[in-house]
Amino acid sequence: MEITIIIPLLAAAVQSGTPILYATLGEIITEKSGVLNLGVEGAMIIGALAGFIVSRYTGSPVLGFFAAGIAGSFATSIHGVVCLWFQGNQVVSGLALTILGAGLANYLGTSYVGLSAPGFSPFAVPLLSTIPVLGPIFFNHDILVYISYCIPPVMCLFFSSTRFGLGLRAAGEYPAAATAAGLNVLAYRWFGILAGGFLMGLGGAYLSLAYTHLWTTNLTGGRGWIAVALVIFAFWRPGRAVLGAYLFGSVMALQLRLQALGTQVPSSILLMLPYVLTVFVLVMSSWRKKTNEEPAALGVNVEPVG
Amino acid sequence: MRLLRALIVAMLSLGLCTVSFAAKEMKVGFVYVSPIGDAGYSYAHDVGRQAVEAMDGVTTSYVESVSEGADSERVILNMARKGFDVIFATSFGYMDPMLKVAKQFPKIAFLHCSGFKMADNMSNYFGRIYQARYLSGIVAGSMTKSNVIGYAAAFPIPEVIRGINAFTLGAQSVNPDVTVRVVWTKTWYDPATEKEAAKSLLDVGADVIAQHQDSPGPQEAAQEKGVYSIGYNSDMSAFAPKSHMTAPVWNWGPYYTKVVEQVKKGTWKAESAWPGLKEGIVDLAPFGAMVPQNVQDKVNKEKADIIGGKKIFTGPVKDQKGTVKIAGGVAATDKELLGMTWFVKGVVGTTE
Repeated sequence: MEITIIIPLLAAAVQSGTPILYATLGEIITEKSGVLNLGVEGAMIIGALAGFIVSRYTGSPVLGFFAAGIAGSFATSIHGVVCLWFQGNQVVSGLALTILGAGLANYLGTSYVGLSAPGFSPFAVPLLSTIPVLGPIFFNHDILVYISYCIPPVMCLFFSSTRFGLGLRAAGEYPAAATAAGLNVLAYRWFGILAGGFLMGLGGAYLSLAYTHLWTTNLTGGRGWIAVALVIFAFWRPGRAVLGAYLFGSVMALQLRLQALGTQVPSSILLMLPYVLTVFVLVMSSWRKKTNEEPAALGVNVEPVG
Repeated sequence: MRLLRALIVAMLSLGLCTVSFAAKEMKVGFVYVSPIGDAGYSYAHDVGRQAVEAMDGVTTSYVESVSEGADSERVILNMARKGFDVIFATSFGYMDPMLKVAKQFPKIAFLHCSGFKMADNMSNYFGRIYQARYLSGIVAGSMTKSNVIGYAAAFPIPEVIRGINAFTLGAQSVNPDVTVRVVWTKTWYDPATEKEAAKSLLDVGADVIAQHQDSPGPQEAAQEKGVYSIGYNSDMSAFAPKSHMTAPVWNWGPYYTKVVEQVKKGTWKAESAWPGLKEGIVDLAPFGAMVPQNVQDKVNKEKADIIGGKKIFTGPVKDQKGTVKIAGGVAATDKELLGMTWFVKGVVGTTE
């Protein structure tokens, strides 16, 4: 493979990885607060639809983008009600959210299939895009990709250096101690769920407003599940999530490019690659689990303090 | 007085009867596999439905997004029970469900698109879209500078392979050096994947993008890169005005109105129909301004030849390995075309 094909491949990897990155970061915030949310896929697709509809009617993709985040929070708030108010099983509730989200979005979105809405288009960042190799790979995208670059450092700072971030982690590691220290664990968990849902919604909107400017049923195509797997791969660290998301993006972009190059491998096998990688990543991460970065109270409900 | 009143009532009701008899409208139903939207496969069928709706004494209705299999049987059965006179089912997977319902309702005319099964009251029909693809290949072959054309394709089934071959033969007829690179998405409607497929073709040097998908995703990719593209199904120029040169399009109106007219007169018979350019069922979308007049003239001349009886798949046609698949001077039969699973020479890609 020549260099002329590698740079576009990596640029495409960044683009394919961006929706997964948003969703993975969202799930990291949620899980750091101690709540397991398997409904990423549902929150993403509801966000994708909300973003598309708002952008189509207002003509403003920026409004659509924010609407997608709010819709994502709204979707995950269902998970919050079940798990935080009613102490429901987090796994079951998350699965229900996936199914509900997909069904609801496909139902409400039927009349929008095949229509297009105003969205974000790529623009090159002055100066940065002229850097050889890195410029075309990282700085010739749409604004949503640039925003996604800013989120991981902010999240790292948030978790390590802010009082609120430390409180959120305490809620996920040892809720009893956090409560004893006078923290409102439920409030932190609500924040984790809603902020996480906001990012998942943005990830969905990336698909309907930037990657394409179209809506279709099942637009997210399993990317939410890849995000759930990536959280484990990333050891709950935002920085590693970037790596994981772009790794998946590059595999997705690679399989189409291998076909375009005229390889004789059957396309069915190439299409399996991202999913084979998902399984591989999960096996590898559980094998290396010695580090044990998982929030200790992940998936464990806490009783509201009466 | 009483007699008079009875008479008046009798006359009035008789009058009402004749009025209602005259107003007895024919009911025609359509079943679509995807939502209608603004462009694409089901949209093209729905434009045909609107032509039927415009006929005198005919009402139409449709159900969209009907999944293939058991769900479609319920929808078709429902239409049959409600007394529809003609039912069109427009996707391959409706074939067996429709056949099952057709046997229960011998007086209703059933028409199934893109399949191969028939009954006394069930036709199958499709269009020779490959003829229009050949013409669009001429446009692409004339406009490419890199001699690499990208083709984002859905599934490796004969319908799609035949289209790619016809397109390639068309392009080669004006530009023997051209190669057509194929990427399979294994999706009919997934704009994100289909756009990415087109981008991957652009990355390997394609400067014209053609497609066999239901979404305008590939057109978007071509427009962003500033290269030309060929759409499919319906005029997709609204999605990529600077890039869209033309598109092989469906024009179901003439066929649908013909069938409904025949059923109305009682002359309809089940058949296996495969109309093409000649019948006006398939065509090219209007040319974009970037297509030069001499190319347009060439395409129009070829179109006239095909309407006049020229066969596209006339030998010698070689496959990718160089083996002669259609002997010199011989035209492929319809059966060979319907079962085509090999690529012609000049296509880069695999049919697996």
